[in-house]
Amino acid sequence: MKRRSYDIVIIGSGAGGGTVAQELSSLCRDGVRIAVLEKGPKLRDEEFTGREVEMAGALYEDGGGFLTAEQTMTLAFGSAYGGSTVVYTGTSMLPPERVLQRWSVPGLTFADVEQRARKYMAENNVHLLEESLLNENNRLFVEGCRRLSYRVQQFPVNLKGCRGSSLCNLGCPNQAKQGTNRIQLPRAEQNGVEVVTRCDVQRIENRKVFARVSEKAEGNKGEPSPWEVGNYQIDAKTVVVCAGAVNSPALLLRSGFGRSLPRLGRGFTCHPAFIMVAEHDRPITNAVGHPKSFYLDQFAESDHFLLETCMYFPFVTAKAMVGFGEEHSRFMRAFSRLQMILVLACDEVDDHNRVTVGGDGHAVVHYCFTPEAIHGLVQGAITSAKISFAAGAVRAHVPVSHSPTIGRADAVRLDQIAKNPEFKTGKLSISAAHLQGGCAMGSGPQDSVTDSYGRVHGVPWLYVADSSLFPNSLEINPYLTIMALADRVAETIRKNMTALL
Amino acid sequence: MRGATANEPSRSALAPVRAVFRAVVVTVVPDAKQLDEPSWLALEELVEDAIEIRPPALRRQLQLFLHAIEWLPVLRYGRTFAALGDEQRSRVLRYLQNHPVERIRCGFWGLRTLAFLGYYGRPEGAHAIGYAPDPRGWEAVQRR
Repeated sequence: MKRRSYDIVIIGSGAGGGTVAQELSSLCRDGVRIAVLEKGPKLRDEEFTGREVEMAGALYEDGGGFLTAEQTMTLAFGSAYGGSTVVYTGTSMLPPERVLQRWSVPGLTFADVEQRARKYMAENNVHLLEESLLNENNRLFVEGCRRLSYRVQQFPVNLKGCRGSSLCNLGCPNQAKQGTNRIQLPRAEQNGVEVVTRCDVQRIENRKVFARVSEKAEGNKGEPSPWEVGNYQIDAKTVVVCAGAVNSPALLLRSGFGRSLPRLGRGFTCHPAFIMVAEHDRPITNAVGHPKSFYLDQFAESDHFLLETCMYFPFVTAKAMVGFGEEHSRFMRAFSRLQMILVLACDEVDDHNRVTVGGDGHAVVHYCFTPEAIHGLVQGAITSAKISFAAGAVRAHVPVSHSPTIGRADAVRLDQIAKNPEFKTGKLSISAAHLQGGCAMGSGPQDSVTDSYGRVHGVPWLYVADSSLFPNSLEINPYLTIMALADRVAETIRKNMTALL
Repeated sequence: MRGATANEPSRSALAPVRAVFRAVVVTVVPDAKQLDEPSWLALEELVEDAIEIRPPALRRQLQLFLHAIEWLPVLRYGRTFAALGDEQRSRVLRYLQNHPVERIRCGFWGLRTLAFLGYYGRPEGAHAIGYAPDPRGWEAVQRR
């Protein structure tokens, strides 16, 4: 067992870990030693090829297909220098005030989170994409929504020098997305923070972190770890866990914290989603341009769903549609004519839905669809089909229908489908990428895992700073809120430096 | 490919079930009937790579599931899955897709996903449906 010693160890380098690393990095000037331990690799710029299977395998945990215990949903989350900020589309939303009020975390105000989020909007060049860069896949969504009098809105995005490769979810080949891999981590490193990639943390015990550094397998992408391959004990005066909503609770459970924190792993939500596909009678620009420029959230409260534009790759698209055979292939052969909309359910905390640890120590996510989530997915699917038809689509694939292909002339059937949907788990392809909860903020160990500053109840040297802090679904894309909360955590650590170090 | 040496069992999950796997793939993606042998090998390599990172239990489940698909039609049609015609094969797979038991639906979903991964995950499979992304984005479109 090799040994290392730091003042602060940050586990994970995504929106949470990258932010904490940057915000604490000024302490390095005073001799404070800080390390970021990242499980995934750091890819060189030229390794971002945009090839679907190759990049998914290099940048996502389980290639983007992490299965829930019930095997009825896959979870997509990044495992790389920059975490999931390498593989998102850069959509940068302020948290909804109503949601933060509903969270009612003592000490957490909307004004504080908003102010911090705005700081990162400025830092990450968040802006609305100019109209000339919007593709037809996005324009058709806007057109359809407007014809139906829906309040469609444009996503602010954190891009700089976007060339419109449409490959955001496979890691931008042009490095245009301003994720933590481009902004916060390089700054932290310049200030003296060490980032150790390919370093998988197994457990935490009384200011000690136990981790394994793995070698770069032949043919794999990314740089080797800066540390020698092997097992490590890393002494740390303060530990900040930022491994995401699956791996943060799993790490703390593996480390035995569940005994004093009954809510650890509980409260997992994820905006379960599926892709709606509709075909137009002519080719449209879909595989070029930023894929996710607009959204519709007016039904989030009444019907529990959000709609977002999206454009996925052939394998993911094929997987997303129900069925197989000639009917399925006809949609696939029409790829250049496809309009895509992502339907996301605004799921609520449910007792069953949680993160546990399996016998092999790996995270296990238990997830069943609540009636509200099912309602959200069904209504979202129907609404998406209506939007596509209003925009001129000739047929749509509606996965919650007994016969999923609906022709334009048959669009009147949509309301009947809504009344009698077919929602068969295991048949539908449902996936989620907005993973939240598991180490929720709250007032004490009986209702939560941390306080509103990410301090783990009863463990003064241990913090959490990622989306696992959310006590319930955020109902929008989460990364800017994660950065704002991580900023609070970092500030708290700085203020308490004397006691902590 | 994952071959076997004299003293070592094959690391290939598909080797013992290759014939039925290919029969499932051409039912799921009819265009796969046009694939030549090198293309099949490329398809299967993608599938093998995906299975390799999964727990060994899942690999065994896949083999078991494929064996069941191969032999269960004997009860109804008197022939194995691979020996059935297109329509009968589709009927068998639709039965699994809509099965009342969730685990069986999930099993078929997993198998279907592997078929799509192998077929559309190959650059040739993606190009065949007109998907040709370019990192240069809009600039590449303007040059066409």
